Amino acid sequence: MNELKEKAKELLQNGTVKVIIGFAQGTIPNRTKPFIVRSVEDAEKLVFNKYCVNNLAMYLTRKEFKRNGVVGIVAKGCDVKAIVQLIQENQVKKDDVYIIGMNCSGVVSELGEEFNESTVATKCLHCMVHTPHLHHTLLGSLEETPKREDKNFVLMQKIDSMTAEERFDFWEAEFERCVKCYACRQACPMCYCEKCIADKSIPRWIESSAHTRGNFAWNMIRAFHLAGRCVGCNECERACPAEIPLSLLNRKMGMTANKEFDYIPGMNLNTPTLVGTYDVNDREDFIK
Amino acid sequence: MEEKKFEPKIAAFVCNWCTYTGADLAGTSRLKYAPNIKMIRVPCTGRIDPVFIIKAFEKGADGVLISGCHPNDCHYNTGNFHARRRWILFKELLDFVGIDSTRLHFSWVSASEGKKFVDVVTEVVETVKNQGKFEKYAKINEEFFIHE
Repeated sequence: MNELKEKAKELLQNGTVKVIIGFAQGTIPNRTKPFIVRSVEDAEKLVFNKYCVNNLAMYLTRKEFKRNGVVGIVAKGCDVKAIVQLIQENQVKKDDVYIIGMNCSGVVSELGEEFNESTVATKCLHCMVHTPHLHHTLLGSLEETPKREDKNFVLMQKIDSMTAEERFDFWEAEFERCVKCYACRQACPMCYCEKCIADKSIPRWIESSAHTRGNFAWNMIRAFHLAGRCVGCNECERACPAEIPLSLLNRKMGMTANKEFDYIPGMNLNTPTLVGTYDVNDREDFIK
Repeated sequence: MEEKKFEPKIAAFVCNWCTYTGADLAGTSRLKYAPNIKMIRVPCTGRIDPVFIIKAFEKGADGVLISGCHPNDCHYNTGNFHARRRWILFKELLDFVGIDSTRLHFSWVSASEGKKFVDVVTEVVETVKNQGKFEKYAKINEEFFIHE
């Protein structure tokens, strides 16, 4: 990945950016960590490979990055989707971000594992943006993405075929494990609210204790607040210590947005956001 | 002894400008409707956060009715259009987590449609009565030992 290091050095030297968010080698093999480059020497440590799973767009909305002026970011296609969505929502200025687009043919699903056919992440199976659709520089080369069965989708079809009671039981068993650590919220590039509805206490809409009742409310509201916004990076599910299949909820919302409104989040800078706008001809056959 | 009939609890979120006034008209016209409806007045259907609906079910509602101005009649011009788009997404989510979205009813009732309001309420109460108590969520409530 010498071209990435060279590019980073060049950007820092000519003053285009003061800081670059990228990946560095982790403490064990097959593992990388987010890495903030502030000096030319640090740029030497940048890496990009199959184990660069994190969605670094999450950092862009954080206050400590906003005061850096133009921020450089090493981004895969899915990260660029998140960046585009953030620009659409006016959270990041288009001129305040310098995207070092990386051609990506898939990443590993769980850090630490060897990248191969069986461990390629679910999101990569249907990826439309192996080459980032918005970038200032494009680096890297494409290989063929490994193919495997989409177990996530099979599970979703299984849930769809259940009765309402069975579905409730399924989710009750899943949400029961939720400990309300809000790791899903912290990892999500789209969860940037200064004050989350889960933290509001007057009135308290979502119970703060990790009881199944409040867990239902929290997980549903989280999924709903991401409806038509979630770019499917699956960072929430990866961050979840209880291994709740959060991607199912997000994916369901994404599929509904696509089916009903023909909308895919994070693809076009110039379209308005899905729930931020409306169409007078929206479906209303369910309204008496 | 006659068995006690099931009386559903239904939360109704209604918009101040149309349905609430419509319900008022039903009252002043001396029209009767089922008392199972607990009405909650909100400024506009656009004000109805899905978290309200979740809260209603969480607190033991057997059904929820949401009603507001007809399209193009919104007091704030676009509130109901925004709300409608949200409901399309939210209904799908409710169904997916196993809260039967047929327990969630929507209607447009204008300020002059007192009769329509009565019809809608009667229909909703009948439907929810036939569906029976919404037990799944209530069961979680029971095992929750801290009472607010």
